Amino acid sequence: MSKTWPLWEVFVRARNGLSHKHVGSVHAADARMAIEAARDTYTRRMEGVSLWVVRSAEIVASDPGEAAALFEPAADKVYRHPTFYTIPENVKNI
Amino acid sequence: MYTTELKDKNQKPAPAAPAVAEDPQKLAAFEARVAADNFIEPKDWMPEAYRKTLVRQISQHAHSEIVGMLPEGNWITRAPSLRRKAVLLAKVQDEGGHGLYLYAAAETLGTSREEMIDALHSGRAKYSTIFNYPTLTWADIGAIGWLVDGAAIMNQVPLQRTSYGPYARAMVRICKEESFHQRQGFEIMMVLAAGAPEQKRMAQSALERWWWPSLMMFGPPDENSPNTAQSLRWRIKRETNDELRQKFVDVTVPQAEAIGLRVPDPKLQWNEKRGSYDFGDIDWEEFYAVVRGEGPLAKERMNARVKAWEDGAWVREAAAAHAAKRGQRAAAE
Amino acid sequence: MRDAVSDYALRLGDDSLILGQRLSEWCGHAPMLEVDLSLANIGLDLLGQATHFLGLAGEGKGVDADRLAFHRDVLDFRNCLLVEQPNGDFAQTLARQFLFSNWQELLFRDLTRSRNETISAIAAKAVKEVAYHARFANEWMVRLGDGTEESRARATAGLEWMWRFADELFDVDETVEPLVTAGVAADARALRAEWDARIAATLAAATLEMPRPRRGARGGRAGHHSEHLGHLLSEMQFLPRAYPDARW
Repeated sequence: MSKTWPLWEVFVRARNGLSHKHVGSVHAADARMAIEAARDTYTRRMEGVSLWVVRSAEIVASDPGEAAALFEPAADKVYRHPTFYTIPENVKNI
Repeated sequence: MYTTELKDKNQKPAPAAPAVAEDPQKLAAFEARVAADNFIEPKDWMPEAYRKTLVRQISQHAHSEIVGMLPEGNWITRAPSLRRKAVLLAKVQDEGGHGLYLYAAAETLGTSREEMIDALHSGRAKYSTIFNYPTLTWADIGAIGWLVDGAAIMNQVPLQRTSYGPYARAMVRICKEESFHQRQGFEIMMVLAAGAPEQKRMAQSALERWWWPSLMMFGPPDENSPNTAQSLRWRIKRETNDELRQKFVDVTVPQAEAIGLRVPDPKLQWNEKRGSYDFGDIDWEEFYAVVRGEGPLAKERMNARVKAWEDGAWVREAAAAHAAKRGQRAAAE
Repeated sequence: MRDAVSDYALRLGDDSLILGQRLSEWCGHAPMLEVDLSLANIGLDLLGQATHFLGLAGEGKGVDADRLAFHRDVLDFRNCLLVEQPNGDFAQTLARQFLFSNWQELLFRDLTRSRNETISAIAAKAVKEVAYHARFANEWMVRLGDGTEESRARATAGLEWMWRFADELFDVDETVEPLVTAGVAADARALRAEWDARIAATLAAATLEMPRPRRGARGGRAGHHSEHLGHLLSEMQFLPRAYPDARW
């Protein structure tokens, strides 16, 4: 049995309307402790209305080595951008 | 400030080139990225030397924050007013929080909290020399906030653009919280310096005892810092030790004068040509002795940290055991 | 009435001050950094409450909160005996917090309806903080009680130390009785049943035995303190006492 406390990543929503943002991590033995540690560490100055904590081991991250395959193709697919289409000046609301 | 250069000056400086031969293409791409003021994130390729240097620097910075809780923590129960007590408790709590942000940043590089704490307790990892000095009076709390946090701020502000993303983001958080720290310290000194004769004496004594150690915080002179060039290129360091130290003197001397305290340096003099203060020689023997672990309170600081960790072992085990039991019960349902 | 309100505020203020002082002793020494921050948080909340209540108490006597905190001797302190107990190990500290915060939450819940506007305002703000303190303490009692054999033994010992100070929390003496009637003070007697239920529920979850009933230790509200308070005060009050005319 491990005696160490696992690492949890912390996400804070600063205000309603914004998304949760990653702010760092804490060690905690269980989920409730993780929430409290996250609150005491990352929201001491009223910086949040909502907290998510996720065990670091549960996070799946893209591989930076695959960045080209995953992300670059979008750069030359210009037809996803609205500016690709020319709309005459006299046509409004589009 | 929290860097790898905390070595005995009689030791040979570590070679700048790493033992590992890095892929030249990857290395070139990495260097270009850093030179373009871009950020390196946790899973990106990085030279071993960069990773090692960062783990050391970030963890030593974290250790400094944690050990730094002790000299100030020494006065929370004796703070002379309710407001001073609350502000000091909040400040020391902040320092613990800073340690937490930094440990979190270091863990993204492949080390663990346990490993880092073990390195600290065994003496392999260092912490800032400044925290080996005693806080014998209330005025020392003012001096620490004003001078020590002041020096730290000087070092930390440029690090907000350090190359490693998690470290930079931790520094942004820390800098936001730090200015209240320095102001509370200066306010304490200001009130004492304008107070009763015993209070003035306390304040003057604190300045005299904390001045030179604060200058030492910036580390050895540039000519004795062999890794500076590489650290600057990799944006792990943004300015040199001597540059920061000079800035600190230039900013702080007028503050001391404004509250009627005397900086304990007979060679201190404004140099019109340089537009800076000339100041006296630092006792590097003292600095290296403290780095070696011979600082005035070195034993007390380390004992306190080791004791807290060891005394707390049963607590950590209990929490882990309970979480495991809960997990098993949930799985059985 | 004014004097009675002042005395009542003094009791509330002293409870928070002394417990805040005890918790601040942990700063830099907790079992884990995250826990250090949590204990400091609770300590700060308590110091905030103390400042407000002592401010109110002082109004009645023409002195400020600092004057009250730093210049009274043991016989004039009105905190309950529970809060001045030494920290001991983490289990002893948590046992103290467990008994106190569950009581304080119920007390402040009632005090939000106090006819004294200042008291109800302080309580309204504090009750949210204290709900967090109680939850924190309850969870730790469960972790320690139902953790390892060692933590169970320590949790049991901690409860054994603190249990005899619980009865005093529910006393209503001749100073407070008129305030209860006037709707200014909470009737602490009426809180006992709910507190008992909460404590029993947490101890059950913690697989800890309810401590056996025993004669309650009392005297704090009359200034008859344990030996611990004197030492705590000499540390806390040293500077203002040594330099009586100084401003800090």
